[in-house]
Amino acid sequence: MAMVDSFIKAPSTHRIPLEYTHEEDALRIFGFWIFLATDLLLFASLFATYSVLYRHVGHGPGPLQIFDVTGFSAETFILLTSSFTCGLSTYSMHRGQKGWMMAWMAVTILLGISFISFELTEFVGDVAQGATLQTSAFLSAFFTLVGTHGAHVSLGIGWMTLIFIQLAVHGLTATTARKAFIVSLYWHFLDVVWIFIFTIVYLLGEMS
Amino acid sequence: MLQNVENFASHFFVLGDPMIYGADVSIVLASAAIVFVLTYYKKWGYLWREWLTTVDHKKIGIMYMIATLLMLFRGGVDAMLMRTQLIMPGMPFLKAQHYNEIFTTHGTIMILFMAMPGVFALMNIAVPLQIGARDVAFPYLNAISFWMFFFAAMLLNLSFVIGGSPDAGWTSYAPLAGLTFDKGPGENFYLLALEITGIGSMATGINFFVTIMKLRAPGMTLMRMPLFTWSIVATTVIIIFAFPPLTVDLGLLLFDRLASSHFFTIFDGGNPMMYVNMFWMWGHPEVYIVVLPAFGVFSEVVATFSKKRTFGYASMVASLLAIAVISFFTWVHHFFTMGAGPGVNSFFAVATMIIAIPTGVKVFNWLFTMYQGRIRMNLPMLWAVAFIPNFAIGGATGVMLSVAPADYQFHNSYFLIAHFHQVLIGGTLFGILAGMYYWWPKMFGVILDEKIGRWAFWFFNIGFYVCFLPQYWLGWMGMTRRMYTYLPGMGWTMWNFISTMGAYMMGTGFILIVIQIIYSILYGERDLTGDPWDGRTLEWSLPSPAPHYNFARIPTITGRDAWWTMKEEQRKGITHSEEEAPLKPIHMPNDSGRPFVLSVLFFIAGFALVFTWYPLAFVAFIGILASLVMRSFEYDTDHTISVEELRHSEAAYGRV
Ligand code: HEM
Ligand SMILES: [Cu+2]
Repeated sequence: MAMVDSFIKAPSTHRIPLEYTHEEDALRIFGFWIFLATDLLLFASLFATYSVLYRHVGHGPGPLQIFDVTGFSAETFILLTSSFTCGLSTYSMHRGQKGWMMAWMAVTILLGISFISFELTEFVGDVAQGATLQTSAFLSAFFTLVGTHGAHVSLGIGWMTLIFIQLAVHGLTATTARKAFIVSLYWHFLDVVWIFIFTIVYLLGEMS
Repeated sequence: MLQNVENFASHFFVLGDPMIYGADVSIVLASAAIVFVLTYYKKWGYLWREWLTTVDHKKIGIMYMIATLLMLFRGGVDAMLMRTQLIMPGMPFLKAQHYNEIFTTHGTIMILFMAMPGVFALMNIAVPLQIGARDVAFPYLNAISFWMFFFAAMLLNLSFVIGGSPDAGWTSYAPLAGLTFDKGPGENFYLLALEITGIGSMATGINFFVTIMKLRAPGMTLMRMPLFTWSIVATTVIIIFAFPPLTVDLGLLLFDRLASSHFFTIFDGGNPMMYVNMFWMWGHPEVYIVVLPAFGVFSEVVATFSKKRTFGYASMVASLLAIAVISFFTWVHHFFTMGAGPGVNSFFAVATMIIAIPTGVKVFNWLFTMYQGRIRMNLPMLWAVAFIPNFAIGGATGVMLSVAPADYQFHNSYFLIAHFHQVLIGGTLFGILAGMYYWWPKMFGVILDEKIGRWAFWFFNIGFYVCFLPQYWLGWMGMTRRMYTYLPGMGWTMWNFISTMGAYMMGTGFILIVIQIIYSILYGERDLTGDPWDGRTLEWSLPSPAPHYNFARIPTITGRDAWWTMKEEQRKGITHSEEEAPLKPIHMPNDSGRPFVLSVLFFIAGFALVFTWYPLAFVAFIGILASLVMRSFEYDTDHTISVEELRHSEAAYGRV
């Protein structure tokens, strides 16, 4: 939190979004953008590893044997929808409609949970076929990249739940608005990363 | 049963080496002494309230500085042990395995637990004061960064007596560091310690970038920022780009070791070159992370002690940024000999050579700043000036190494050892020391004793050349790095002997610095003015040490070298109306014990993972999540200093 001189609201409050009304909140949002840049680079490193290793299937199965088209299509559809509902939540927030905001947030959380369940089902299925992290470099890279994204989504679900509770307790204030806005940035970011996973891992895998 | 306990103990504690028993005893004694002193003088509460829970950037900077000196000691002892082993052929002092462990911990500690915190110490101490801010952007996160670094350092140091030290070099190349060739827990210590400190470093990078971008005093445009602050901008940008690949790289190696995955194994499709590439994508920029702040320090010191503004300010800024960018295009020069094609090698050779240009620009600017200046040779200036010839040699040998065909000769020889010590010690360490001497009055209100400091300086400096110049020769004569002993009759004996003598001189220099600090705490000259060097930048406008809120009134900046300008105006009798402006209440963050607790939990989780005690790791992990949740629910995170209190405190400094 910054030691900005005052908590006085900027003069034209009605035009500044709630989450930006305190200078400290604006600072945190800016910091979070930078954090997202580092997280993007983290994923970029995992993508690079995957691209180097995805042909290194060793004695194990390759992408075609394990990728499940219905599964990853459903995951993609669900996650994209959740990004949309998350956007609706932010939209309601900017219109000051706390009820709608929380409702869309709840939908987003539920969609996130179903995304994770699909992913887990897919992973469990792979492992049942004997395709594990230990089988080959390709599978190590696959599970790590997709799993890291899944771990991020799970964290996002927990985080959004916390903010949901805080909205219920404290109402819609500059602080809760900032928190909700940051978690929504995080959520959209995960959506973007997923689009890369969808293309580079699943689509290219199906075409290989 | 008893057998089980015995088995466990022999794997857990490192047994059978007198040196390690010695370390066991000294750790127990030192801990007991600390506990005794704290209890006897009833200082536990003070320690907790004033230090362990603090979120004040100045105190965090001081803690970083203390940790830096401690780690310099630990890494320095390692260096003395190695040099003693190499003093003559066939020395029976260290065994091969032990030598491996020592060069690994020496390199790791020096880079990640000495140079990094040294840089973080200086930026914590100086940056907010230089830009006229009350604190960093995220003080609570700043405390987390420090404690993560601190407990990671403890974790790595613990490996010496528990479990066994890492032994695959500070670069920890796969597959050597993989499970197939390195069973012991040592590598796990290395990987987990670096991951934990990496989180802290990344957070520091983000924190200071946001601080400098957003919290500058009114009127301080980018091109009015002090050069040290500029160097930190470049550094934080490099941190933000370089640490993610390292985090991934080490994480994947950890996976290989703990979960038997196949990223870098040579079986089942793993590719060790991937490790090497990602390591150096961090590793090369890392050397600029630690040296650019040193450049920043030299810019401040040279200007202050020449009583001139820095020559070529804009070119200084441009060269910092150029170095930051180019540093990402050089990583392959660390493995020219590993079979990349001529095209790749040429690209990276040329990119490496290009860095010499902006670096040269900086050196000439420092020289021009000194030219016709009114030079005073105080300790900070002494270290800054000593840096220049040294960097000329280190830079020249660096360009020699960057020539790919020549590197086939120099590679992994003592020529390389001499080169990087010359730039790491002569650049980074001299910079950290110059900065320490320069800002010590600001930290503690005491000026370090010049006389002892000069002795320390000469011992360290002469010892430095005596130690490392012969190593260029040794490299040419074919002595390779990481060699624990050699045969007589190679022509290496005399040079090695001289080199070791130089190392002992540097050790003496370090001890003199410690004596100097203790002496100055007891008898040192107090700095009552707040501006002992007749400084140019804002930090010298404050009392020493600065009040915890830094500035009672945020100054308005009208030019570069803000404090110098103000002093000039005062001399001319110009006053500013805002000096009489009424004081306003100040918001400050509350102290918190959670960063400390959180980092202890990370330490426990890391320690448990080293020994693959998953249940304990799980418990610690739950604890980490719980403390994050508690933070999320915390709304009451700061307090207000009233005008009344402020007036009181300012009056005590004689400033109202
Ligand atoms: C006090 C003076 C120092 C002495 C006498 C010294 C001596 C040594 C020696 C003998 C080695 C091992 C060479 C080998 O067998 O391959 C070494 C390696 C190394 N040193 Fe130093 N050193 C000193 C300070 C530093 C500092 C200040 C840094 C960094 C900031 C540093 C970084 C390294 C690194 C990275 C390695 C390579 C370790 C490896 O091969 O894995 N040293 N040093
Ligand atoms: Cu390099």
